[in-house]
Amino acid sequence: MAVQTEIRLTGSGGQGLILAGIILAESAILQGGNAVQSQSYGPEARGGASKAEVIISEEEIDFPKVDKADILLSLTQIALDKYADSLKEDGILVVDSELDIPEDVKASKIVAVPILKTAIEKIGKAMVANIVALGVIQELTNVVSKEYLEKAVLNRVPKGTEELNKKALQEGYNLVKDA
Amino acid sequence: MKSRKVKLMQGNEACVEGAIAAGMRFYGGYPITPSTEIAEISAVKLPAVGGKFIQMEDEIGGIAAAIGGSLAGLKSMTATSGPGFSLKQENLGYAAIAEIPLVVVNVQRGGPSTGLPTAPAQGDVMQAKWGTHGDHPIIALSPSSVRETFDVTVRAFNLAEKYRTPVVILTDEVVGHMREKIEIPDPSEIEIIDRKKPEVDPENYLPYEVKDGELVPPMAAFGDGYRFHVTGLTHDETGFPSNSSEIAEALLNRLMNKINANLDDILDYEEFMCDDAEIVVFSYGSTARSAKSAVKKLREEGIKVGLFRPITIWPFPEEKVYELSKKVKSIIVAEMNLGQLVLEVERVSKGNCKVSHLGKANGEVITPNEIVSRVKEVL
Amino acid sequence: MASKLIKDYFRTDKLPHIWCPGCGHGILMRSVAQAIDNLGLDKDKVCIVSGIGCSSRAPGYMDFNTLHTTHGRALAFATGVKLARPELEVIVVTGDGDCAAIGGNHLIHAARRNINITTVVFNNNIYGMTGGQYSPTTPTNEFGTTAPYGNIDKPFDIPALAGAAGATYTARGTAYHAKQLTKLVEKGIKNKGFSLIEGISICPTYYGRKNKKGSAVDMMNWLKDNAVDIKVAEKLPKEKLEGKFLIGEFKNTTEPEYTEEYMKIIERFQKER
Repeated sequence: MAVQTEIRLTGSGGQGLILAGIILAESAILQGGNAVQSQSYGPEARGGASKAEVIISEEEIDFPKVDKADILLSLTQIALDKYADSLKEDGILVVDSELDIPEDVKASKIVAVPILKTAIEKIGKAMVANIVALGVIQELTNVVSKEYLEKAVLNRVPKGTEELNKKALQEGYNLVKDA
Repeated sequence: MKSRKVKLMQGNEACVEGAIAAGMRFYGGYPITPSTEIAEISAVKLPAVGGKFIQMEDEIGGIAAAIGGSLAGLKSMTATSGPGFSLKQENLGYAAIAEIPLVVVNVQRGGPSTGLPTAPAQGDVMQAKWGTHGDHPIIALSPSSVRETFDVTVRAFNLAEKYRTPVVILTDEVVGHMREKIEIPDPSEIEIIDRKKPEVDPENYLPYEVKDGELVPPMAAFGDGYRFHVTGLTHDETGFPSNSSEIAEALLNRLMNKINANLDDILDYEEFMCDDAEIVVFSYGSTARSAKSAVKKLREEGIKVGLFRPITIWPFPEEKVYELSKKVKSIIVAEMNLGQLVLEVERVSKGNCKVSHLGKANGEVITPNEIVSRVKEVL
Repeated sequence: MASKLIKDYFRTDKLPHIWCPGCGHGILMRSVAQAIDNLGLDKDKVCIVSGIGCSSRAPGYMDFNTLHTTHGRALAFATGVKLARPELEVIVVTGDGDCAAIGGNHLIHAARRNINITTVVFNNNIYGMTGGQYSPTTPTNEFGTTAPYGNIDKPFDIPALAGAAGATYTARGTAYHAKQLTKLVEKGIKNKGFSLIEGISICPTYYGRKNKKGSAVDMMNWLKDNAVDIKVAEKLPKEKLEGKFLIGEFKNTTEPEYTEEYMKIIERFQKER
């Protein structure tokens, strides 16, 4: 991993991507590193295009926005089409396996796994797709450790959903291990 | 024992944390993007410390209630963005002339009018100084990070209380909404200043009388037994209106002097790699983060460039920028507007060096690469 | 020789006031002071707030905590004072333009909250301070400098507006019926909630002159002849009320009061400790 890892999480509003970004940033901080999370959003509270950005670094982070991402997650086709070219050429693309990956995408690694389907079928809640995705990103990149990621997840999810979310993380790890 | 909590926190949340640490006990406001979290978090936190929160019927009511709260003795704040800042201007002037301690946060967004509600801008910088009618004193502070938002908010309350004046916090959508690491200082590490209360008996209290050599009158609260009058009309030391030109002149002179005679205390800025710099990027708020990143990149290439970052925007750090202008070949002002503080930089550099502007007002931030390219063009 | 009421409750060094000869505002202001005296309130615990206009000069003459704010905003400032320090008795003195035009939004929302503030509207049916423009209470077809061909607006019934918005006490009196007005203000102050008392004033200088209402005495007589107490009106046939206006108490109910409800939220936290 480079000194500074820039991650862009994209999809539609309501998929919990901003929360996923917060969790990722928080786990980096719990781990003793530095992190900045920012977002951009349209006027819609649900639907529309949503984007959360996280920069994780050992050093001071000046510019808080992600320009070219080291890791790009896309959960919807619209988001993928819009952000695919914002990935570094040596970056990692993580997409839901339902999506069509544009032919001209340049990445060192493309990982297409059934994130949404896993959330619905294995956990029984589409809402936890964001946490499944975090599991996938962790297992792939080790950008934060499993220990602190789990801590951050438990810090931020609603009370009573802890077990559900832990299971979602595990399913995320498994998606990569089994792939 | 000192306890410092390390947290991931949003800029707007840090603003409320700083405000409560500084002693805020009254918030009056109206929701508007991208400042809304400041109202929401104040609503959650104030009752727990015995403070009061009220969502008023409009922006004007928000600042008016906050002024009322301050007059009743509580440290008060209101927060808003673009359109709301425009609506609050008249009462901002009221707080200036009636000398009411008050903190007004403006989380800047794209304008004019409704503009770009969810995108950052720095287009209200001149408005913060000149938005309300008439000559008047104002202090405006601009933080660049979440941690600095905490510190600047504490300072805003301290300055408001010390100088009995409204203080504007000019933050922006990027700093307001981003989350980053913050270490909340222990309460024992935070300096807190409260307004000076009158020492005289109520019979001898003149609400706008200052002792010889002082510029800020002590302030009683409504209900303390000092029955005084407050008005937005030009008034004498008794607080009652007057049409006398001598009194008007004396009042305005004192109001302006409160600030101008205390620049050492009020001005705050950061100089980064300016010592041997031939080119200086002048930038503030979130844009200064891009500038700092650019300066680091350029220094790696051996280019002698520095960053000057005013944290106090108003009063403008005239002397400091003048000194800088004598030292460097060029100053590049990077700000998310089409040319505002650059006018001040040009004015105070008096032609000593080249001053140019790198601006943007399309809702996008200025990137480090854009600043790098501009510096190389200027070289 | 100033009366005891004047000596006790007014800043005598600020008198005489700036109102025109024949203006009704002095009588209304006296009613407010008399009501405070009748209730025996502690002067240090009374805060009188006003906006801008002829009416809003009143607090400057009155020896309490007094706040002369911006145009239309008296109720918003007063809301801040009251919420910050609920033990203060907050009274707002405002005018028809100040509270029903530029400050109309604050009026209906203060009423909706039922915050314990007593608002006394000095209604002279005109903008006096700026020289006689029509206001939201200028009757249709009457004249102002900005209604040179007759006013085509319909006037507001301010107590009805406040009552509909949630005020728990509303009433109307006049400068002629000063003693009754004092009682109405007294009851308004005693009401734990938002109270609005409209005091019909007279403006011989602008409203009277523009509309050929005669002298101040003629205008006072008009108030005497045309105001009908609501209790009397109930027994009168409709045709007898043609062209008249009602005075008296219109609404007197009990609802939860805003600052008390807010204190309950604070107390919840104190109990948790």
